[in-house]
Amino acid sequence: MSRAEQIVSGLARRQRAEKRFRAYGITAILLGMSFLVLLFTSIIANGYQAFTQTYIELPIYFDPEVIDPNGDRDPQALFSADYWKLVKTSMYQQFPQVSGRSGRREVTRIMSGGSAFDLRERVIENPDLIGTTQRVWLVADDDIDMLMKGYIDREVPEDERRLNDRMIGYVDTLDEAGIVERKFNTTFFTAGDSREPEQAGILGALMGSFLTLIVTLLLSFPIGVAAAIYLEEFAPRNRFIDLIEININNLAAVPSIIFGLLGLAIFINWFGMPRSTPVVGGLVLTLMTLPTIIIASRVSIQAVPPSIKEAALGVGASRMQAMFHHVLPIAMPGMLTGTIIGMAQALGESAPLLMIGMVAFIVEPPSGFTDPATALPVQIYLWSDSPERGFTERTSAAILVLLAFLVTMNATAVYLRKKIAKRF
Amino acid sequence: MSPLFLIFILLALSSAAYFFSQRRMLRQTRDANITRLNSLPEHFGMLGAIWAGAPALLVYFLWLIFEGDILMGQVLAILPDAESMAATRELLIGDIRNAINNPISYQMASEEVRMAADRYRELSQTASIALAAACLSVFAICSALVLKFLTPRVRARIQIEKFVRGFLLLCSTLAIFTTIGIVLSVLFEASRFFQTVPITEFLFGLDWSPQMAIREDQVGSSGAFGAVPLFVGTLLISFVAMLVAAPIGLMSAIYLSEYAPSKVRTAAKPLLEILAGVPTVVYGFFAAIVVSPALRGFGATIGLDVASESALAAGLVMGIMIIPFVSSLSDDVIAAVPQAMRDGSLGMGATHSETMRRVILPAALPGIIGGLLLAISRAIGETMIVVMAAGLSANLTANPLEAVTTVTVQIVTLLVGDQEFDSPKTLAAFALGLTLFFVTLVLNFIALYVVRKYREQYE
Repeated sequence: MSRAEQIVSGLARRQRAEKRFRAYGITAILLGMSFLVLLFTSIIANGYQAFTQTYIELPIYFDPEVIDPNGDRDPQALFSADYWKLVKTSMYQQFPQVSGRSGRREVTRIMSGGSAFDLRERVIENPDLIGTTQRVWLVADDDIDMLMKGYIDREVPEDERRLNDRMIGYVDTLDEAGIVERKFNTTFFTAGDSREPEQAGILGALMGSFLTLIVTLLLSFPIGVAAAIYLEEFAPRNRFIDLIEININNLAAVPSIIFGLLGLAIFINWFGMPRSTPVVGGLVLTLMTLPTIIIASRVSIQAVPPSIKEAALGVGASRMQAMFHHVLPIAMPGMLTGTIIGMAQALGESAPLLMIGMVAFIVEPPSGFTDPATALPVQIYLWSDSPERGFTERTSAAILVLLAFLVTMNATAVYLRKKIAKRF
Repeated sequence: MSPLFLIFILLALSSAAYFFSQRRMLRQTRDANITRLNSLPEHFGMLGAIWAGAPALLVYFLWLIFEGDILMGQVLAILPDAESMAATRELLIGDIRNAINNPISYQMASEEVRMAADRYRELSQTASIALAAACLSVFAICSALVLKFLTPRVRARIQIEKFVRGFLLLCSTLAIFTTIGIVLSVLFEASRFFQTVPITEFLFGLDWSPQMAIREDQVGSSGAFGAVPLFVGTLLISFVAMLVAAPIGLMSAIYLSEYAPSKVRTAAKPLLEILAGVPTVVYGFFAAIVVSPALRGFGATIGLDVASESALAAGLVMGIMIIPFVSSLSDDVIAAVPQAMRDGSLGMGATHSETMRRVILPAALPGIIGGLLLAISRAIGETMIVVMAAGLSANLTANPLEAVTTVTVQIVTLLVGDQEFDSPKTLAAFALGLTLFFVTLVLNFIALYVVRKYREQYE
């Protein structure tokens, strides 16, 4: 066989190898994409139903005997009255045939304990309700919610599900009467954390994340930009500056949990700052996001053509003036892009916040930088630990909210980079 | 006067000083008939504001940093048997702090702690008045100095620029301070740990059970701090992750950079990068809710016993997280190989895949290895996925179907919800943190070095 024949005979094999190699590449891409799709679909499938919640419309008699026995509309008395009793009474009227303590308890278990708070709010807002009977939409218990959403399988043997046949029967009766409905879940956006899934919301965690990010932004943006300006424009070339640069690059790759240890040891134990607060969380996240912001800001200063600076220097500006008056405004969109990406990282970060104690069970949304708080990703972590199906659903929904924020931030960053950043 | 209010007053006074200095300079130049002022009027304004305001602000911040400790010292001194409680001093301070910050803790605290908390509150009220007085008088003195020394002859712009330059330098040294802070804090607490547990036992011991018994006579009251099972668990999960991420990441980088039409490339690249932007807590949830049960179910159908918190599940999901990291680093490296090498190989009649495998990959190998090292260091330090999807008990095993625990999981479990700072259990977390920091530092250092060497080769 001549050399040329050898080559020709090997050609088919080589072409096959080429096709195989290309197929590997496509497979890799498709695998990556399918992971992405799987991740999102599983979370959406788990979570979309949490945005609605089961409500039951009950006729509630606002019994003056229960709410306001003295008849003086004393706010203190109105606040501490036993509104749960009103709910119970109404439920007993719905099912007059049920008697006995355990039977009656089952009937009241259909309603959420939170419905009492709802009634209290209504009465305090409008005391004229007392003595009247109103039809009120009240939140059902999370088990009922799960039943209505189809998560509790009626075919499963009775002793293996959370609701027995009698309770399912009660709910069906109410449903046939047309007073069970799924409505938009406002509680999820207006309440703090709770042990009961149907009363739990993300407002507290959102506030905590917001306050933490404010601290992070206020510190990391000016410091990061200042450091970038110095390193790009004013730093002499010497060992010390090399050391700074090595440090910045290394800090960018240090595991985030180490920053949490730093925060715990220095800010909390040494400076005695209060645990679980947005201010400490913000400080820790500042140290964590600084390298990102510094690196992005340096890149965006480098992208400004030197002619801008030289022109400024040529007409007599000092280096400081050339930098702050001419280079910085041009580099600013790029810096903002880097900052937004850093903030998005900080928003999704939870490990360092665990270290500084932002994992507490906190019902009241924080109102200041030194109130105990948790953050949205930490809330997700806390809820994911809870066994109730209602919390699984809410965890996914909270993830969707978090992802929505991240997408918005990143989209803004991309927009800034594409539209506002000047190109030369 | 609350400290927050005071800082607003100081800032307002400083800006008043700015306008005052500026106006005054203009007036002086007019009166003295100076036509060529060496700096712009606003430079004089800024200088006036800095001279007048900066010392007061410095006093303010130093005061706030040290106020807590000094007041606490005062409070402890008035407690009757403070001397005898020296051993539990830190605990006592913690109690008092809680009682001050939290009304419920105050209700539950002992008589002495309540007394101390009351005293602390009194003192801190006095202190905030003193702080206000100190800051305002410093401001007044400095303003007088401004009046005396801020003349048209002062080279204001030069001074301002020096000041700004100092500030810029300070900001860029923060990275060094952060590193020093990390090293010192972790090292200090870890050294306290190594006083009770020998370092050799920590590094080479095979038994990890940090739960200390409450009573002395309980079984296992000493606790065991051999970290080898944690290291093995961490490596096992990272290994699984790299098995997923390295081939998928590398192959997709190769496909995107060499084969894909530009439309596919511009669409697929950002989509893959989304994987990197998803918060790790989301991956953790995904691993715990979707992947673990699926693997367990799959194992059951083929007769394998998969633990519900298996290393495989955590590693798989971590691998998914790292894919875009590997792919974008490899992409950079492959793009850095000179076009001439590609053209040469293709010109000799090699197919694309042969060029890739025999020319470009060998040339890019150091860079790719550097990228993989960075990916491993990220896998080792990853926390939330393993906290949510890996186990808590330390099994010394190499079987990915069993539950293992990792260094980061143990740091979290040891430190969350625990406040006592003198037990080896808490300090062990810092020893683990030190190990983690050291290992990732070395990995990063090698990786960055390799990548830089590689880049230089082709530049």
